Amino acid sequence: MTNPTPQAPSAPPDGPPRLVLRGIRKVYPSVVANDGIDLTVRPGEIHAVLGENGAGKSTLMKIIYGVTRQTEGEIEWEGKAVEVDSPAHARSLGIGMVFQHFSLFETLNVTQNVALALPGKPDLKALAKQIEEVSQRYGLPVDPRRMVHALSVGERQRVEIIRCLLQSPRLLIMDEPTSVLTPQAVRKLFETLRQLAAEGCSILYISHKLDEIQELCHTATVLRGGKVTGSCIPSQETPASMARLMIGKDLPVCEHGASTSGGETRLRLAGLSHASDDPFGTDLRDIHLDVHAGEIVGIAGVSGNGQQELLYAISGEAPLAEKFPVQICGIEAGRMTPDQRRTAGMGFVPEERLGRGAVPRMSLAENALLTAHTGAGLLKSGLIDFAAMEKFSAECIAAYNVKCGGPGAEAKSLSGGNLQKYIMGREIMQSPKVLVVAQPTWGVDVGAAAFIRQALIELRDRGTAILVISEELDELFEISDRIAVIANGRLSPSKPAAETNVEEIGVWMSGMWPGAEAAQEVSHAA
Amino acid sequence: MEANLFTSMLFATVVAGTPLVIVALGLLVSEKSGVLNLGAEGMMAMGAVAAFAVTHETGSPWLGVLAGMGAGMVMAFLFGILVLSLMANQVASGLALSIFGVGLSAFVGKPFESVALAAVPPIRLPFLADIPVIGPALYNQQALVYFSWALMWAVVWFLYRSRAGLVLRAVGEAPGSAHSIGYPVIRIRYLATLFGGAMAGIGGAFLSVFYTPLWVEGMVAGRGWIALALVVFATWRPLRVIVGAYLFGGVMIAQLFVQGSGMEIDMPSQVLSSLPYWATIVVLVIISRNAATIRLNAPVSLGQPYRADT
Repeated sequence: MTNPTPQAPSAPPDGPPRLVLRGIRKVYPSVVANDGIDLTVRPGEIHAVLGENGAGKSTLMKIIYGVTRQTEGEIEWEGKAVEVDSPAHARSLGIGMVFQHFSLFETLNVTQNVALALPGKPDLKALAKQIEEVSQRYGLPVDPRRMVHALSVGERQRVEIIRCLLQSPRLLIMDEPTSVLTPQAVRKLFETLRQLAAEGCSILYISHKLDEIQELCHTATVLRGGKVTGSCIPSQETPASMARLMIGKDLPVCEHGASTSGGETRLRLAGLSHASDDPFGTDLRDIHLDVHAGEIVGIAGVSGNGQQELLYAISGEAPLAEKFPVQICGIEAGRMTPDQRRTAGMGFVPEERLGRGAVPRMSLAENALLTAHTGAGLLKSGLIDFAAMEKFSAECIAAYNVKCGGPGAEAKSLSGGNLQKYIMGREIMQSPKVLVVAQPTWGVDVGAAAFIRQALIELRDRGTAILVISEELDELFEISDRIAVIANGRLSPSKPAAETNVEEIGVWMSGMWPGAEAAQEVSHAA
Repeated sequence: MEANLFTSMLFATVVAGTPLVIVALGLLVSEKSGVLNLGAEGMMAMGAVAAFAVTHETGSPWLGVLAGMGAGMVMAFLFGILVLSLMANQVASGLALSIFGVGLSAFVGKPFESVALAAVPPIRLPFLADIPVIGPALYNQQALVYFSWALMWAVVWFLYRSRAGLVLRAVGEAPGSAHSIGYPVIRIRYLATLFGGAMAGIGGAFLSVFYTPLWVEGMVAGRGWIALALVVFATWRPLRVIVGAYLFGGVMIAQLFVQGSGMEIDMPSQVLSSLPYWATIVVLVIISRNAATIRLNAPVSLGQPYRADT
């Protein structure tokens, strides 16, 4: 979807390698994350690292960037053996990294965040200008004065990318960089990356989006279970053949039957307006939407257009002043707390897995208890029923194929995809009447993403009303029965997914749907 | 009210607030890096006794202040070894440090009880001290009072204008992220902790050498704890810390004045003596109750040990 006519990247450049890894092995107390990995990156080469969750990609990148150190193996940088002992050292060598789990400081503004990563003492005003220039040039709109805690995931990622680009690195590591960009922004980012590569910068590109890798990367190294299972030239492969290398079998496809529409209205937003608590946030304006039993409604939009505020208003994290704008199964729930809304039959899967969806330092079983205490009967006369809690958690782990150390494992020890499967499972197993999901597959690899989407469709077939807020259009078209668009805090009318297409929704995403006020100003649209 | 009375009360308020200003600003810097040092009371006590002893032996109050600062830093360094290198629990270690410091200072200070030091003459700032009413109160003060004002601007500038301060705040906010972009988290936390210890030591020295010129066991009298509370209730903002410190000093002096004036008040004297403590906290809670302010200023990683992923 990102580019209908992929231009195959030119042949991988020759020349002395910039980075060579030999026999990298990394052992954590309970797991071997990397086992004998060899990798060579040349100047100007865009090199993909492909692999499932837990295949060891992130660990390998952390070793290169000096965040952690290998147990065995050698790193050679521009012909010399090096021990990268800290990220500062890596940066002084000319290595930059965009993290998947961001390394930003929430109480500082964008400019200060960028300044922290730059050497010397940059002048903040000049830097803010520079940030604006880079953000315009590369299609990564972000306001340098905003506080990071008020930014959406997509906006934070832009800050990370800008921060790296300002350091003019010779090797840029990008961990899932396009997960939350619009198609246009992805295209612009690719132009940037190609330009950087043409200028001689090497790029290590971690992604699970096979079409992107084909379009962008010269070479690819595929990891599975911490080992290299193959390397290839993506332009000579098909997505299916690369997926086979990566997961060892064929790519799973979602089965999506027609919706059993015509069910009762389970979630109704009746003129929902809410001023954001954050002075830089987006105010919600007069949002109307009905979600019926047995259908999936998708809300598309560029990040920062009110998705977060909408989710908080629906979930009860930001209760409203009035009761009527949010109705759950006919109950006016606008002033209820999240817990009361759960009791009324709603389940939520928030966008932030660690911190909102799960408590990072608590075990999976304890995390199950947090939302499923009544929904799954984990309490016995007001006290915790530990046996039921363990059992529920173990069932969830088994049913949703969560790779982890069992119900006692800490939530933060799981990879993003596995934790997301667990959180989805926890909510689905309580058989909610309404499920609201934000960014269900953000940063999740193909296998896990297909699994999660399939689980949502199955839940719909059992009669649950599902609202999915996502910034990935592909995903919305794959699972939704109806699609609406949020832009600048307003919601478009919805349209059956079968009667619209990516182009039309793309236009709507910039605020121009039929009946919208013509001169509507849209924030942060790419 | 006569101008003279006002001047002398203002004078006394500033003097009473100064040790809190110095100690609380030191703790604020240390907490902004994510280190919660509950040992302030002990560091102040050690600073006070060391300063008193050295001043007594050498006759120089300035050597005394240096000794107090050194004693505070030694205490802070011990704390740093425990919580930063050995990753002990910060709350428990801090409490232990307080108890240890108060006890050790009483032991070391035994020979110095009932000894008095010569009062250190104040420094009169030319011209400023001639301003009517407030001049004699504010500009005819101990050198450490002027130091506390300079310290306040230095801390504000450091935290919000300098790059080093930005790095320090970043470390307190997200040590993992700070490490991943290349800052030495543990070293920065050590420096911040040592700064906190140095200021606590100077605050203690002010009490024993300038404020009372006496050493009495237990003379810190909870000021370390009130300084810790000031930082929290002022939501880690330096200017509010100052407001709180002087408020504490002002109420302290006012209630002493009331008690000393023989005014007939139908209230036990203990209630009056407790007034400065709870008045300060109530006022700070009220001016700082905005959730957004707290969120933006509280160091997220406060009190949590940090271990680099290796």
